[in-house]
Amino acid sequence: MIFLTMKVAKQTFKFFVLISMLFASTFAMADTPINKDGDDGGQVDTKKEVEDYILHHIQDSHDFSLFSYTSDAGERKHFGFPLPVIVWSSNGLVSFMSSEFHHNDDGSVIVEKNGVKLVKSHSKILELDAGASAVSYDAEHHATNAHRVWDFSITKSVFGVLVIGLLMLFWFSGLARQYKKKQIPTGFGRVLEPLVLYVRDEIARPNIGEKHYRRFTGYLLTVFFFIWILNLLGLTPFGFNVTGQLAVTACLAIFTLVIYTVSGNKDYWMHILWMPGVPYLIRPVLAIIELAGALVIKPFSLLVRLFANISAGHIVVMSLIAIMFTLKESLGVVGATGLSLVLSFFITLIEVLVAFLQAYIFTMLSALFIGMAVAEHEHH
Amino acid sequence: MVTYNLIGAGLIVIGAGIGLGQIGGKAMEGIARQPEAYGKIQTAMIIIAALLEGLAFGALFLGK
Repeated sequence: MIFLTMKVAKQTFKFFVLISMLFASTFAMADTPINKDGDDGGQVDTKKEVEDYILHHIQDSHDFSLFSYTSDAGERKHFGFPLPVIVWSSNGLVSFMSSEFHHNDDGSVIVEKNGVKLVKSHSKILELDAGASAVSYDAEHHATNAHRVWDFSITKSVFGVLVIGLLMLFWFSGLARQYKKKQIPTGFGRVLEPLVLYVRDEIARPNIGEKHYRRFTGYLLTVFFFIWILNLLGLTPFGFNVTGQLAVTACLAIFTLVIYTVSGNKDYWMHILWMPGVPYLIRPVLAIIELAGALVIKPFSLLVRLFANISAGHIVVMSLIAIMFTLKESLGVVGATGLSLVLSFFITLIEVLVAFLQAYIFTMLSALFIGMAVAEHEHH
Repeated sequence: MVTYNLIGAGLIVIGAGIGLGQIGGKAMEGIARQPEAYGKIQTAMIIIAALLEGLAFGALFLGK
């Protein structure tokens, strides 16, 4: 597959480089950390600020902000749009737009709705206890007089998932309609068709087997395109980090777990619970190991792999962009910017490859696990 | 203050590096010996590499 990607890249090398350069440079512009103190900000401050900025990017947020800066008048300006906050508080369902927090993240802006006081602290919505008028923190910076609420907000990640879900629905239902009219797809369908065939013929069919692969191809296709498109979206200046959220990858891993557990046949469970062909004394021990492997280790490795790869990629890209600020004093503005641009450009190229590879591996391993569960063994 | 988890992370990365080197090297040898089995060897290589990566990331994640 790497070979195939390279071949495609070679053919359209100029276009590829141009697009990646665009990605890298706009990413740099969009996610520029701002040194509030101007030139008198010391090395330590910049470092801390960059660290905070990267952590903030990795986390999910309640509003969609592209960039922000401090104007000459000392006013903080934000570019982006608010997203709805929906929480289940002690007084029932409460919803409002996140703009009511005015981009505050330290809990000092209180929004009062339905008789409950809500604050946002470290990207989490907290509800103030009865009688409290301001949030207070203990030494470890945990709120002492506020508690967590059930948060069903349309956060940035949820927004990304919804957008990509609708986009995929539009693309693939369009593709299906084109096949009903005539046998050859037109327009964007021509881009999707080889990818769909690739997933079906190279991932689903050899790993699941000729007899059962049709049942699971739909799921594998969905998961492949979902992860791939969201990985690529993470490389755009919109700054989504959806597949780098543990909740998202855990959910995908649980889907795979449920599918191979439910569709597992008699032989599969036999090989887990009462392994044939080994001494009777060892069988219970093996059953424990196999059960832990099938129910915990396999989905855990799936979810951690995707999460860690994408998060690590984002952290590396952001850190290389931050070179602009951390090495400004020693290399000069032009030198630091040039170094940062070159390094982040090449890492972004690698990230484009990783985006595909991770989607491929997740789909591949899902197919492998499903294949193990539905495989029919010959009885001796 | 000594941060032992960083030393642990270094050890994990060394182990994973040795493992990936073995997988990649052996796959190269296999492809050189039988170029027509390129696709099959590469698929097997990616699966094993992914399993190893999952293990290494799991360890890094738990040790964080």
